[in-house]
Amino acid sequence: MSQHLLILPILLPLFTGAVLLLFSGARLAWKRPVNLVASLVLLLVSVLLLLRVTEAGTQVYVLGNWVAPFGIVLVVDRLSALMLVITAVLAIPVILAMSAGTDRTGQNFHGLMQFQLMGLNGAFLTGDLFNLFVFFEILLIASYALLVFGGGRARVAASMHYVILNLFGSALFVIAVGLLYGVTGTLNMADMALRIAALPAEDVALVRAAGLLLLVVFALKAALLPLGMWLPAAYASAAAPIAALFAIMSKVGLYAIFRVHGLLFGEMAGPLAGLGQSLVWWLALATMLLGILGVLGARDLRTLLAWQVIVSVGTLMAGWSLGTQEAWTAALFYMVHSTWMTAALFLIAGVVVARRGDAKDSFMVDARVASPAVGLAFIAGAVALAGLPPLSGFVGKALLLQAAGFSGDMTVFWVLMLCAGLAGLLAFSRAGTSLFWRGPVADATTATTASTDQPSMPLMPALLLLAMSVLLVAGGGPILDYLAATADALLQPTELIRAVLGDRYLPGGA
Amino acid sequence: MELLMAVSIGVLTACGIYLMLRARTFPVVMGLMMLGYAVNLFLFSMGRLATEAPAVIGRAETHADPLPQALVLTAIVIGFAMTAYVVILIIRGRKTLEHDYVDDRVNERDHGVAEQGLSKRAVPMPPTPASAETDGEPRP
Repeated sequence: MSQHLLILPILLPLFTGAVLLLFSGARLAWKRPVNLVASLVLLLVSVLLLLRVTEAGTQVYVLGNWVAPFGIVLVVDRLSALMLVITAVLAIPVILAMSAGTDRTGQNFHGLMQFQLMGLNGAFLTGDLFNLFVFFEILLIASYALLVFGGGRARVAASMHYVILNLFGSALFVIAVGLLYGVTGTLNMADMALRIAALPAEDVALVRAAGLLLLVVFALKAALLPLGMWLPAAYASAAAPIAALFAIMSKVGLYAIFRVHGLLFGEMAGPLAGLGQSLVWWLALATMLLGILGVLGARDLRTLLAWQVIVSVGTLMAGWSLGTQEAWTAALFYMVHSTWMTAALFLIAGVVVARRGDAKDSFMVDARVASPAVGLAFIAGAVALAGLPPLSGFVGKALLLQAAGFSGDMTVFWVLMLCAGLAGLLAFSRAGTSLFWRGPVADATTATTASTDQPSMPLMPALLLLAMSVLLVAGGGPILDYLAATADALLQPTELIRAVLGDRYLPGGA
Repeated sequence: MELLMAVSIGVLTACGIYLMLRARTFPVVMGLMMLGYAVNLFLFSMGRLATEAPAVIGRAETHADPLPQALVLTAIVIGFAMTAYVVILIIRGRKTLEHDYVDDRVNERDHGVAEQGLSKRAVPMPPTPASAETDGEPRP
């Protein structure tokens, strides 16, 4: 029985989502607890998987007993388990925040949320490249529907870009997968890594083309510079809790880069090792610069946060392209931190929008949010995201800078990292001043009369996520040990390959 | 046959990308579909092209690789679902945005600026002849 734990993170949301859609006419009072309980169980399963991976190493689930590389396998290694936990932790505050009334503004939020989780978990678990594409499509189609949740001009307009760009990206994904299959004759990623390691010289160019196409696809999801312009409009227009959920969406692209490129184009790949890293380095720095400008130019809180997502994507991709164990450890820590903290601030932005009435979260002098609790939560989130001590952002940034080292090549990186912190601090100070200090007090009555469709939004879910930042710092030692082992396993994927292919794997390659 | 396949994939891709760059919703959907066909053909040809080779062992002397065919089926199903979603989205967009451009240049949170944006948009982007009467002007 216990070996079936591996597939639960996919099956549980699948069945919960199906039931929620089947009874889509049911009352919200009934759907909310179902969604929440399913997500709590999911969190439990994810934590159990994480503990098991820490104890017993990489776990493999062979679907239908079709032996790898002929069938599809699910693989849980440290990175997958980490991503599962990040997602499950994120899901619960999002559901709590939506259940306060925003789920009434559209249809089927709870079912869509479960399908979104299913797509995310599947993408994190699968060990098969085409299966990764399928789960990408599942998580994307759920996210298409969630992005327009509630409707309205801005959401439909942003969604148009998001959907069409991602459909184009999917086409490229299939081309790349087809090309890799045509050359290597396998879809199992572990097997493919071995085939690429023993690639005949005449096929290198084809595989390089496919690898770079995959990089384009993942960079589109992760919103790296030339491909990331869809992100600010999409995240800023989505309902605040859904934008919080989308904090994990751009990290899926990053996960895929770590997973696919770490495995297929790692040290074993010979002439293809480190494919695209030098290119991504400069693109990542440019992304950071653009993000900094966007943060400074934002005119409302959610746009500001969307640009912060871009900054963090640039930071993470820069960390990835450094390619060392220290850099990847730091990048993974920063990924956990930035996912949760961006989500926390999106949830706080939701509270601000709900309380300010027509002014929403724009930085104009209008009704201010007088609640000290919201203000303090905002300060905590801003401190974490801008990278000031004592919260987790500081640890993440310090680790990344330490991993980069202080040499001449890294000057641009250091300058951009420090500027990103400064810009974040400036922008958040300005935001906090206009949202919490200036203007008349927004009381509940004006807010409700000004816009009757504005549902209430509790602060508690955001506080849950902010508490995770404290946890990240307090438990820093064990967490960093875990992440260092994760980075080791990513750079030396032999353990994963042996776990998937078993005895067929010979250490010499092929 | 190789040449025919290569040319068809190339032409379909070129048409698809050209139509997508038209930046109006209907051509973009057509472009996405063409691109989808090109991708499916490409995926199919990754199992190597062969005649008289069914994807079943033992029916003929040689057999085709069944996996790309299965992949194409999956890709067709997914492409079908996605096309259906996009069509619904553009119908919704047509109603909400009151135009059929992919790029909603107004990009404002409220409807107040919508009309001003529409008049601006009509100038740089000449409508296609067939739809000139309906698409160029704001709806009543």
